[in-house]
Amino acid sequence: MIFDGLDITARRGRITAFMGPSGTGKTTLLRLITGQSYAERGSVKVFGDEVSKMSTGELFGLRRRMGMLFQNGALLTDLDVYENVAFPLRAHTRLPESLVRQLVLTKLHAVGLRGAARLMPSELSGGMARRVALARAIVMDPEILIYDEPFVGLDPISMGVICRLIKQMNEALGITSIVVSHDVQELASIAHDSFLLSGGRVVASGTPDELSRSDIPEVRQFMGGLADGPVAFHYPAADYSAELLDEAADAQ
Amino acid sequence: MNAATDSLPVVALRRIGSMTLFLGQVLARVVPSFTRPALIVRQVYNAGARSLVIIMLSGMFVGMVLGLLGFDVFQRFGSEDYVGVLAALGNLKVLGPVLTALLFAGRAGTSLTSEIGLMKSTEQLTAMQMMAVDPVRYVVVPRFLGGFIAMPLLTATFTMVALYGAQLIGVQQMGVDAGAYWSQTQNAVDLRDVWEGVVKSLVFGAAVSLVAVYEGYNAEATPEGVGLATTRTVVISSVLVLLLNYLLTAAFLTTK
Repeated sequence: MIFDGLDITARRGRITAFMGPSGTGKTTLLRLITGQSYAERGSVKVFGDEVSKMSTGELFGLRRRMGMLFQNGALLTDLDVYENVAFPLRAHTRLPESLVRQLVLTKLHAVGLRGAARLMPSELSGGMARRVALARAIVMDPEILIYDEPFVGLDPISMGVICRLIKQMNEALGITSIVVSHDVQELASIAHDSFLLSGGRVVASGTPDELSRSDIPEVRQFMGGLADGPVAFHYPAADYSAELLDEAADAQ
Repeated sequence: MNAATDSLPVVALRRIGSMTLFLGQVLARVVPSFTRPALIVRQVYNAGARSLVIIMLSGMFVGMVLGLLGFDVFQRFGSEDYVGVLAALGNLKVLGPVLTALLFAGRAGTSLTSEIGLMKSTEQLTAMQMMAVDPVRYVVVPRFLGGFIAMPLLTATFTMVALYGAQLIGVQQMGVDAGAYWSQTQNAVDLRDVWEGVVKSLVFGAAVSLVAVYEGYNAEATPEGVGLATTRTVVISSVLVLLLNYLLTAAFLTTK
């Protein structure tokens, strides 16, 4: 069982953050929201509709109203930056090329990469790829934007840029944003609501400030980045000394 | 159901079932995918044009060997004029379709599998699904059709080059009379022989392309998984081509 008694609501027009240690099921939660996986029990509703009961057509209809930023960008490697951003437009609309061009360049300009339109994904840095993926995620003007670990592996400049973009998307376009990450500082600067997941349940929720003032041991450990606490750093194993001594005895 | 402990027949049966279902998915999307012909044309180019050099080189050497062997055997009976018949029938009916399919599996089939497998491991297929784009229709079907269309064209190329190679040895080098060589060939080869080669190349094209896209699409999303899927493409395609070749040859002989 991955989740137990999970009750989470992401409100319209706000940035909601899911935080938690690695392996706690944050990405699985996103897969449930987007209909990539289904829960054996319980309910996941998006725009008031139960995701697990949707047909493939309904699910694709739902996804047209969503954008998702993948951890590694997931750009299509056989298309250049421009064509990657234009991909959803070409797949779902019959817009004239001039309008497609205008929309693509507008979104690329928003992420600061209009000049990189003709580069291939292999020519981009990790941060640039993430920004292109963001431009692609917003090109259909989604109502919900989902970010899966958007800050992983980024340098401070790229991290700041992505952070600012998430905030701007939310403020300027009113997009409901769901961010999954374990970067506490970055999330604290942009999230309206935060949920801290651990052991398959929500151990705390509230604004990032409220979480940082929490007395709950799991929350204090996570927010403070402490090795000692309820969340074990070491994977369960036999006694360290005994195992080392056993090995030494075996070697002799 | 444990893939690790199941016997080989069970694993094979499960794979055949899964591949049949996948073929159904692919065929159901063939007509809709023609709304974007550019995707198919690009895959015909990728699978076909990029395999041309290896196909032509192989065709030339196979034809030359047939010319040498044919001359060596037929001269013992004083019937060197038949070298062209051997080369034409051998290439049109068997060697052309089979060798082209085997070379295609090694060159284009592995490329298709690894490309789709890597797209899967880098979440590109998931990203498409999240953009409400069906990856089977956008990625798999154009590649399947590209291979299916390219195979008969490559087979025709292989066969023509092989016939030229056999003629080069038989007529140009060994001195068989050109008139006798071509007239014997013309008399022996029937339209039905050409048709046999065309049918075989279409069936092999469908089989190799299906195996390649299936293995890529169902590859484990790890570097090792993609490598194993690529190997499976070559092994399964090669055995399948040889098996189908036997069945089709038998079918053509019994309906003669």
